[in-house]
Amino acid sequence: MSQIQEKTQIIRIDRLTSDIVRLTLDAPNIASVASPGQFVMIRTGETNDPLLRRPFSISQTSSDGHFQILFKVVGRGTDLLSHCREGECLSVLGPLGSGYRIDTSRPACLVGGGMGIAPLLFLGKRILQNGVDQRPLVVLGARNREELQPLIDDFADLGLKVHAATDDGSLGHHGLLTDVLKSLDLGPECMTYVCGPKPMMAAVYLFCRSKKYGCQVSVETAMACGMGACLGCIVPLKKGGYGHSCSDGPVFDAEDLLWQL
Amino acid sequence: MKFVDSKTPAVDLQVSIGSLTLKNPIMTASGTFGYAKEFEPYVNLHRLGAVVVKGISLLPRAGNPPPRIVETSCGMLNAIGLENVGVDRFISEKMDSLNGVNVPVVVNILGDTLEEYREISERLADVEGIAAIEVNISCPNVKKGGVAFGTVPEMAASVTKAVKESCSVPVIVKLSPNVTDISLIARGVEEAGADAVSLINTLIGMAIDHRSRRPKLANVIGGLSGPAIKPVALRMVFQVAQAVSIPVIGIGGIETAEDVLEFMLAGATAVQIGTANFVNPRASEEAVEGISRYVADQRLQSVRELIGGLILAD
Ligand SMILES: Cc1cc2nc3c(=O)[nH]c(=O)nc-3n(C[C@H](O)[C@H](O)[C@H](O)COP(=O)(O)OP(=O)(O)OC[C@H]3O[C@@H](n4cnc5c(N)ncnc54)[C@H](O)[C@@H]3O)c2cc1C
Ligand SMILES: Cc1cc2nc3c(=O)[nH]c(=O)nc-3n(C[C@H](O)[C@H](O)[C@H](O)COP(=O)(O)O)c2cc1C
Ligand code: FES
Repeated sequence: MSQIQEKTQIIRIDRLTSDIVRLTLDAPNIASVASPGQFVMIRTGETNDPLLRRPFSISQTSSDGHFQILFKVVGRGTDLLSHCREGECLSVLGPLGSGYRIDTSRPACLVGGGMGIAPLLFLGKRILQNGVDQRPLVVLGARNREELQPLIDDFADLGLKVHAATDDGSLGHHGLLTDVLKSLDLGPECMTYVCGPKPMMAAVYLFCRSKKYGCQVSVETAMACGMGACLGCIVPLKKGGYGHSCSDGPVFDAEDLLWQL
Repeated sequence: MKFVDSKTPAVDLQVSIGSLTLKNPIMTASGTFGYAKEFEPYVNLHRLGAVVVKGISLLPRAGNPPPRIVETSCGMLNAIGLENVGVDRFISEKMDSLNGVNVPVVVNILGDTLEEYREISERLADVEGIAAIEVNISCPNVKKGGVAFGTVPEMAASVTKAVKESCSVPVIVKLSPNVTDISLIARGVEEAGADAVSLINTLIGMAIDHRSRRPKLANVIGGLSGPAIKPVALRMVFQVAQAVSIPVIGIGGIETAEDVLEFMLAGATAVQIGTANFVNPRASEEAVEGISRYVADQRLQSVRELIGGLILAD
């Protein structure tokens, strides 16, 4: 594995909404080897408080050595990051973890809720680059139009049509993302690639299980190190015991996890 | 891997822990450095004084349910529950790669009973490549109603004796700070034959989410580590260094070469870097570089001049 610690410069900051920010970082060594579903650990400040790095999915890479993260401000670390300025440097570890395993032989469906949409853009791009007979279906959900529209635009730029759901009905289906999923013709043998809040991923997994679709989920746990050293980031496995989300995951085959359904 | 930086001045950084000589006083702390391999992408491992691996028990342990970690002000709480692969798998699966990294390996062990400590030490006794054993005595003694070995001088001494009798490598006893008088425990294990003491293990703490009215850790309580505990650790190292004549290894909130200097002045012969590895995976190597520069700049004969060099009154 070629992980590194890099001082990266912030190339661009896009404030997509009042609390959703996209950072573009110049990190050639990370961007060149990253694969979809992998993440980075970022130091959000220079002081000891907050002490630990914060994990973020890589949401896109570019051939000129940049990668992007997309995040929502939920606490102190993300608040600090949202106040960074262009030109500033951030310490980044990555790329970390094992990402999505793209199955080129099966039709793909990308399912993302909220900030879980972040890694799916990278994945969609990579699937298209790999060359496929069938363009992947994309199903995205968020609270409202304001949050979802800018993220949909990214997929539209790739030429991918997005089926949307919002909690308040301001864009697409009014209600659950799984309702949209059920209404689509995914075809047999479909592989779903999922990232989002736990209840959403559980519902998607249940649906996939009933249809015998494949289902890969990216799980979110607390993390201290991101590299398999602290053993803090566990997820219960169906076979018993635990997996470590930073090294065995964050992407797991949903079948292998112990779900509380 | 890169070659040793030729700009690093050749200075005497050697320290001794019993019969073990380290090329410098910087070690990594158990449970914060995996089995060293995890850090190979970031650190020139051979430049460290030693690495201490994750605590090993007789049988594999799955550890505690999640959440196991939570950040606190300038620190973190963990309740990993001593997840590990067990001594047999450790020997068969981990020792080969550890032997490959060319740095002294200290194996940290733990047990529920005196017999378990003895048995693990016996199994490790003949294993090639183990430089020393560090005994974690912060564990509950199941035969004594769960009282931690490290909180009663007699129990701490009997574990020390059992391990000493079962192996020939130097034995470092790792002390718990969750006691009334840590010097008493330190003296107890010194008399029982410990070659060195290391301190401190984590301080028991707790975090609560007032919104959900629930503890933030599934285990309710956990061990506090990181910069938040440094003042407590420094005080305990200072007291223990005065109470015993065996080497003291300082642990607790160390991040930089400056922190290392402070611990050595307080009486530590060597130090271990723990939580800082998570924040900066290169922390240990950077501390080696910093100490090396300091010893050169100050024109010290050796790093050993610093040990216990605290000036108390003019
Ligand atoms: C592998 C992985 C990839 C991730 N990728 C992304 C990403 O691409 N974009 C993104 O925005 N986030 C992502 N996250 C989540 C992100 O790491 C957290 O939101 C971040 O660590 C919060 O840090 P903070 O200091 O702002 O909040 P803290 O101060 O740590 O927490 C503040 C409050 O927010 C709550 N909280 C913590 N995490 C979340 C969360 N994810 N959602 C809602 N509440 C939360 C805490 O319980 C606490 O009450 C990812 C997490 C993992 C494990
Ligand atoms: C996640 C984690 C796991 C730990 N596991 C062990 C262990 O298995 N055995 C042990 O003796 N100490 C263990 N420790 C304690 C550390 O080795 C060290 O004594 C303590 O964290 C204080 O040092 P620090 O502030 O530099 O982290 C662990 C600490 C952390 C944070
Ligand atoms: S985050 Fe430390 S082991 Fe996974």
